[in-house]
Amino acid sequence: MRLDGRFGRFGGLYVSELLVPALTELEAAWLDAREDERFRAELDALLTRFAGRPTPLYRSPALSAHVGCTVYLKREDLLHGGAHKTNNTLGQGLLAKRMGKTELIAETGAGQHGVATAMIGALLGLKVKVFMGAKDVARQAPNVARMKLFGAELIPVEAGSRSLKDAINETMRYWTEAVERAFYVFGTAAGPHPYPSIVKDFQRIIGEEIEAQVRAETGRLPSAVVACVGGGSNAIGAFAPFIAQPGVRLLGVEPAGEGLDTGRHGAPLVCGRPGIVHGSLSYVLQDAHGQINEAHSISAGLDYPGVGPEHAHLRATGRAEYLAVTDTEALHAFRWLSQSEGIIPALESAHAVAALLAHGRSQFGPDDLVVVNLSGRGDKDLDHALAALEALA
Amino acid sequence: MTATNRLTATIRARNAARQGAFMPFLVLGDPSPGACLSLVDALVAAGADILEFGLPFSDPPADGPVIQAADTRALAAGVNTPDCFALLDEVKRRHDKPVALLVYANLIFQMGLDAFYARAAEAGVDGVLVADVPLEEAGPFAEAAAAHGVAHVGLATPVTPAERLARMGEVGGGYLYAVARLGTTGERTDVDPELARHLARFKAAVDLPVLSGFGISTPEHVLAVRRAGADGVIVGSALVRQVADHLDDPQAAAAAVGALARALAAAAHTPINPQD
Repeated sequence: MRLDGRFGRFGGLYVSELLVPALTELEAAWLDAREDERFRAELDALLTRFAGRPTPLYRSPALSAHVGCTVYLKREDLLHGGAHKTNNTLGQGLLAKRMGKTELIAETGAGQHGVATAMIGALLGLKVKVFMGAKDVARQAPNVARMKLFGAELIPVEAGSRSLKDAINETMRYWTEAVERAFYVFGTAAGPHPYPSIVKDFQRIIGEEIEAQVRAETGRLPSAVVACVGGGSNAIGAFAPFIAQPGVRLLGVEPAGEGLDTGRHGAPLVCGRPGIVHGSLSYVLQDAHGQINEAHSISAGLDYPGVGPEHAHLRATGRAEYLAVTDTEALHAFRWLSQSEGIIPALESAHAVAALLAHGRSQFGPDDLVVVNLSGRGDKDLDHALAALEALA
Repeated sequence: MTATNRLTATIRARNAARQGAFMPFLVLGDPSPGACLSLVDALVAAGADILEFGLPFSDPPADGPVIQAADTRALAAGVNTPDCFALLDEVKRRHDKPVALLVYANLIFQMGLDAFYARAAEAGVDGVLVADVPLEEAGPFAEAAAAHGVAHVGLATPVTPAERLARMGEVGGGYLYAVARLGTTGERTDVDPELARHLARFKAAVDLPVLSGFGISTPEHVLAVRRAGADGVIVGSALVRQVADHLDDPQAAAAAVGALARALAAAAHTPINPQD
């Protein structure tokens, strides 16, 4: 390894010795690719012509009026695939091809990352295996169908809590046996080094476009960037170019689930403690002895007990602020944005909108310019969200 | 430390008689604390030279499904790190055998590295393999272990290059855990034909006995890996499967574990020359 993969004290490489050669090979390929203009050009061409970048920056009249400042939505929901995930799977897919790998493997929770990986496998002619908790397979039928239509093989994981964390464990296991041919497309900015850095590299285009688009339209920097945080890939991508610009507030929104005091949430940065899981040291939901707790969120994409290590560092240093909104707040924001702007946000992204609806007025004034990263579209959530909204009424 | 460690000495003593050491593995507290102690008694009666124990962990990606299921059973029985150490205290009272642990880093991290290794030493633990700590992260763990006279056990794989092996020899002690093949823990139907070459590579690079594990489930496997040059064998999943197959009858579980362990120990202790 050429780098230690640390963000302050967080991050690192906590994996079996068996996986170190694969991660070393991956790090070398990534460091080499990021210096290669042809790789960048190939990725940029696909991001533009296949995926539809740049995504629009849209000034939201309804949110601006509600909060009392200028609010823009970064429309990652309009990216091909329906979410920011495509930025990452396209980049990692090209990296896999460059390394001569023939098979993409991926974990998925809500199925978004599985779909994005299956889609890129179809595009690049690579075989795809997706590991998904059996519980999620049952509750994410449309995404399961999409993955299969793209030609991916779906492997339901029955072990443990049968959810995302178990899917990650199972993908790591499979990778241990298949390292020579398989490329593990990690779905979020977490996991062992070099994944948090690789995923940030491929997602930082969100933040770079935000900066360029806000400057072009207003000639200034945003006052704040707001994004939901599960593993934290859309947030770290949106934050990336602003981390070194202290005038820009960075706000990450975690899922408070049924309430932070109920224990049924997915907010390790707000409520967890540092711990080691899935390859890195970060904030983790865990019991007193270090057993990993199950997370809970109405949004399957935020339903994860860990979080990317750079967010842990940004929290520890105070550079970014993290708060949490409940399932109910997210559901209301989901409906509110649909009715006020004609945009159905993913339940994940609805958390970022909800945070602004709840706290925007107290945090921002008329001169402020806030960008909310609308990380994905909500079509996938319709059945689930409408039923949940009905149950609230 | 390597010269005086009980693990090293026990393995070398077997090797001096052209025998291999037998190190069976169980998950502490599986299926319950009391039943686990009976299993340990059965292993010792069957001829175990060293006892290896896993601390149950909720998210064990380095282990296969059989060990993960054992972790889940132990956790469901309410067994956590302090209970594991209480069990080890009892094992130490009952048996004078060297003990090695297989632990995931977070369990050590949450207890605090120094406190963990201090308690391990008190409970008679001679070596600890941290499943998700490779050389890159080994420093603080190996130092805390050394401060309490516990060996930090290294793990060598078919894809570990020579210079890494050499560093494992410097950082680690007790023995070198040789993975017989790529993959996670679990039973396999055959032995990798390349194993002899890898074991020779490991022994050339590290001045520690080399125990072979991952996928060893029958006396034939034990003989095959010994002929390939292993100084001893580690058997986990095959024994833990016996526990899983007899959950409704603890006595039958102990009998089944004992019977398999006796056959494996006999194969391990059969005098052979590595070139046989």
